[in-house]
Amino acid sequence: MNTGIRTQDGRLFRRDGLSHRSSSVQDSRPYQAVVIGASAGGSTALMNILPQLPANFPIPIIVAQHLHPLQDGPAVLYRAQGCALTLKEAEEKEAALPGFVYFAPPNYHLLVEDDHTFSLSVDAKVNFTRPSIDVLFQSAADAYGVTLIGVVLSGANQDGAAGLNIIKQRGGLAIVQDPATSEISYMPRAAIEAASPDYILSPLEIGAKLVHLSNFLADPLPSV
Amino acid sequence: MQAEEIEKIEIDLFLEALYQRYSYDFRHYAKASVRRRVRHILARSGRKRVSELIDLLLHDENFAQTAIYDFSITVTEMFRDPDFYRSVRQNIVPYLKTYPFFKIWIAGCATGEEVYSLAILLQEEELYERAKIYATDFNESALKKAQEGIYPLKEVQQHTVNYQKSGGLHSFSDYYYAQYDSAIMRQSLKTNITFAHHNLATDGVFSEVQIVFCRNVLIYFDRSLQNWVLSTLTDSLSRGGFLCLGAKENLEFSSVFDQFKVVDKTEKIYQKRVK
Repeated sequence: MNTGIRTQDGRLFRRDGLSHRSSSVQDSRPYQAVVIGASAGGSTALMNILPQLPANFPIPIIVAQHLHPLQDGPAVLYRAQGCALTLKEAEEKEAALPGFVYFAPPNYHLLVEDDHTFSLSVDAKVNFTRPSIDVLFQSAADAYGVTLIGVVLSGANQDGAAGLNIIKQRGGLAIVQDPATSEISYMPRAAIEAASPDYILSPLEIGAKLVHLSNFLADPLPSV
Repeated sequence: MQAEEIEKIEIDLFLEALYQRYSYDFRHYAKASVRRRVRHILARSGRKRVSELIDLLLHDENFAQTAIYDFSITVTEMFRDPDFYRSVRQNIVPYLKTYPFFKIWIAGCATGEEVYSLAILLQEEELYERAKIYATDFNESALKKAQEGIYPLKEVQQHTVNYQKSGGLHSFSDYYYAQYDSAIMRQSLKTNITFAHHNLATDGVFSEVQIVFCRNVLIYFDRSLQNWVLSTLTDSLSRGGFLCLGAKENLEFSSVFDQFKVVDKTEKIYQKRVK
């Protein structure tokens, strides 16, 4: 397996860089986390993305998904879908670690602290929803800066658009589900308009892209 | 130094100013939420930088008052987490029935939804007349709303669903009357409730109580403040008394854990050991 470049503290550096965008610049950014926002129709997309990720996927994945507050936590939904990573609800003060997919608990906002531990809040809903994707993305952008990958999936709400834009402004990487592949395209469209993402991809391509970014393989996908 | 790094310094100075000038201490609040709130205050102020707010904070008491309230705006529902209230009926009510008189402290009561939920539960279990409920918060504005007990009628549907799921014995509409677009909680629910100002970050024990509710408050604190507050709550509980935390809050990693036994792990109900 291609091991890439690993620093002493275990962070990974991309070797491929954004070669399709700026072929002369070698991007040696360490990616440290992936945040994903999903709403209506997002479950289908997640079920196509998460099972592609290997058990040794080197960075944590943090998901805010809109669900009914009294519904079971979303991690339950994916447990049977053959995902090699460990799916769990994020707990307050818990550190975000590789090997896990963390979900915001229903009816709480999920935030990432600067030390990469989680906080929860019962602040007012944002974009009519709690958890809010924007709240997660904004705090993760503060915590991870250029080393963050943000992904916006299917949904009927504009949540995530502002947050993805902040991730971009902080130098992070922005990926949006191709509206043509989204059950509900409103949320991806809003995110594309607000954030000018680096990639617009189908769920299967998003899974492959995340694996590539983390494995430092040459980038086989065309640019947006 | 990057703008984000400078902003962190500005927020720390803002919190320090708030503390030194008004004695409200948010310095040990979890930073990500604090940052959201400061940015919110900044956006509304029309100023550009957080450091500009420090000037306002120090010299404009009205601005400071609003800022302090903005730091504790949380939004809840009646019978939030219905299974928790089921567990209270099952695990705590039998204990309360052995007491001729008991006290309950709802610490961080915000706008009071939880206070009325508990009052309704106690009435249905025919325990209300034996109860004295202290409902405290540092946010005077929220406390005033709690005391009034007037909620938007459009939220009542959610309250009603929660009430039914929580094991409510009657109809939620028995407990309020509607006026225009408001639901006004019945006066009979209020007679044994004392609303009072209390700041968990700085104030101590004020009474010995048999039950403490402190739900979705600790999630806003860093670990050191969590331990500080938990020791206050523990000290205020009588032996055998119950501590009820929010669904996503844990006693397990705290400094007071060995003083409690777990009554309901999922619903976060703990009982103070007798010795």
